[in-house]
Amino acid sequence: MNWLLDLTPDEWNAVRLSIKVATVAMIASLPPGILIALLLARGRFWGKTLLNGLVHLPLILPPVVTGYLLLLSFGRRGPAGVFLAEHFGIVFSFRWTGAALACGVMGFPLMVRAIRLSIEAVDRRIEAAAGTLGANPLWVFATITLPLILPGLIAGAILSFAKAMGEFGATITFVSNIPNETQTLPSAIYTFTQVPGGDAGALRLTLISIGISMVALVASEVLARRVGQRMDIE
Amino acid sequence: MTLSVDINHRLGDFAVEAKFDSAGRLTALFGPSGSGKSTVINLIAGLIRPDKGRIAVDGRVLVDTDARIFVPMHKRRIGMVFQDARLFPHMSVAANLRYGRWFTPSTERYAKIDAVVELLGIGHLLDRRPARLSGGEKQRVAIGRALLASPKLLLMDEPLASLDEARKAEILPYVERLRDETKIPIVYVSHSVAEVARLASDVVVLAQGKVVASGPTEAIMQRLDLLPAEERGEGGAVLDTKVLHHDEAFGMTVLGSQAGEIRVPRLARPAGATVRLRIRARDVMIATEQPTGLSALNILAGTIAAVRPGIEPTVEIAIDCNGAIVLARITEQSKRTLRLSLGRQVFAVIKTVSFDSATTGAGLSVEADG
Repeated sequence: MNWLLDLTPDEWNAVRLSIKVATVAMIASLPPGILIALLLARGRFWGKTLLNGLVHLPLILPPVVTGYLLLLSFGRRGPAGVFLAEHFGIVFSFRWTGAALACGVMGFPLMVRAIRLSIEAVDRRIEAAAGTLGANPLWVFATITLPLILPGLIAGAILSFAKAMGEFGATITFVSNIPNETQTLPSAIYTFTQVPGGDAGALRLTLISIGISMVALVASEVLARRVGQRMDIE
Repeated sequence: MTLSVDINHRLGDFAVEAKFDSAGRLTALFGPSGSGKSTVINLIAGLIRPDKGRIAVDGRVLVDTDARIFVPMHKRRIGMVFQDARLFPHMSVAANLRYGRWFTPSTERYAKIDAVVELLGIGHLLDRRPARLSGGEKQRVAIGRALLASPKLLLMDEPLASLDEARKAEILPYVERLRDETKIPIVYVSHSVAEVARLASDVVVLAQGKVVASGPTEAIMQRLDLLPAEERGEGGAVLDTKVLHHDEAFGMTVLGSQAGEIRVPRLARPAGATVRLRIRARDVMIATEQPTGLSALNILAGTIAAVRPGIEPTVEIAIDCNGAIVLARITEQSKRTLRLSLGRQVFAVIKTVSFDSATTGAGLSVEADG
């Protein structure tokens, strides 16, 4: 086991960075994910199909294309990138934040799908009952809808996290492969496979990658089961 | 409380055009399924927005399409009890009960948790989850939840329709206590003659989306033609009676009414208690002379006040017994043979055993006393 845990500082950094990027990507996509899922599940507006297609685009496009589009819009000269840098001081290009953005975008369709399905499963008549008791729509959402879709939220968040842990194409296209900044686990593994004698390192990181994913999945299962039991839904 | 409804609403091919006013303690919206009762109550609650019309409660306008007023449901302060309880599955019974209180201004909170819990007998359920409740318990909690929001009006949409007879008998006394012990006016949707006759002070009859009659329960229940076909057998006179005494030897209770003494199977109610008695028209026989050698115990003297054609081959005879109307449904042949006509002196004959818990509310008095 020693050779497995005996990581070089750069490898450790890749592990830490991957977890950080995936966590930030997951948390940051939750609010817009819930909003878009709500719109798609319940909204009746012109362009809903378009929005649905747009959300699912990263799932269908080659990741390289998504990464390139991100580079064009959020890069140093991209309109969104310039705007965010000037007004909020947020820079994405060649930073770990850019990796998080890429991972978030790639995982977004999976998250929205999971949340949307759980919203569609909520009995709207129960929400109406809350309305007759004096709760305005915002309160109904916070006290009824949100707790009822919690299992879906957890599933969506875990999917997003798992996708982020494995994201490679869009990340490397958008923010390259800079050790200690944008070199996540997949990028590090890729780098190992490109150099002679990198097999041991690649295998180490691969096993770690598998381990983290398994822990995340098991944790989500346990969490979802607890929530389910607490709710005790018929 | 005065409720004033005048609305036009279209749902596909079905149009509801209902106009009525009611100031009753418990107003029943009565009619067969598909008559638009639930639509009307959903419009009052604010769950649907009418195409056109006006709804006001105690002068407070909730909807007026001409004036472009539509008060959203969460601001109406109208409680609603649904047929399918609709409890919040992720909250305990106690949390369900408290839910509406959050949203009621503290100055307007008149409902007390302890009193409501006691009234509905749900104290032992407070820690449970809705999934662990029986149908009847769910419905009682749903009633409590609506009450604890301190509503100005309570709507009940067929609260018993999805329950079996035993569960109905369990809930009915609580609805009666609600009617008699709280001050909240109630609008109660039902297609059951038994429920309406027992609970309602006033009835609004709906058919095919329109109001066909409205008035005090006693008057409406006598109009057998207004009742849905499958419920017509349940129709008849409704008398307010008082328990005079119990005949323990024979297991009977003697009720005093304007029409005279009426013997029914033993009721578990104390002497002096009021009992609303429904005498099904099909259970009433007519004799032209004081009958003798007859097993039936109740013989009420009166004069024929009305003769109306019923469903073939029957006729409905209204007998005025000392000012109280008793309805009889007999065949056209009997009417001819006996030469029954307006003003004729007759005797209404009713078997004691034709009264059951559905017509005397006996089941409920057992529960309420015990």
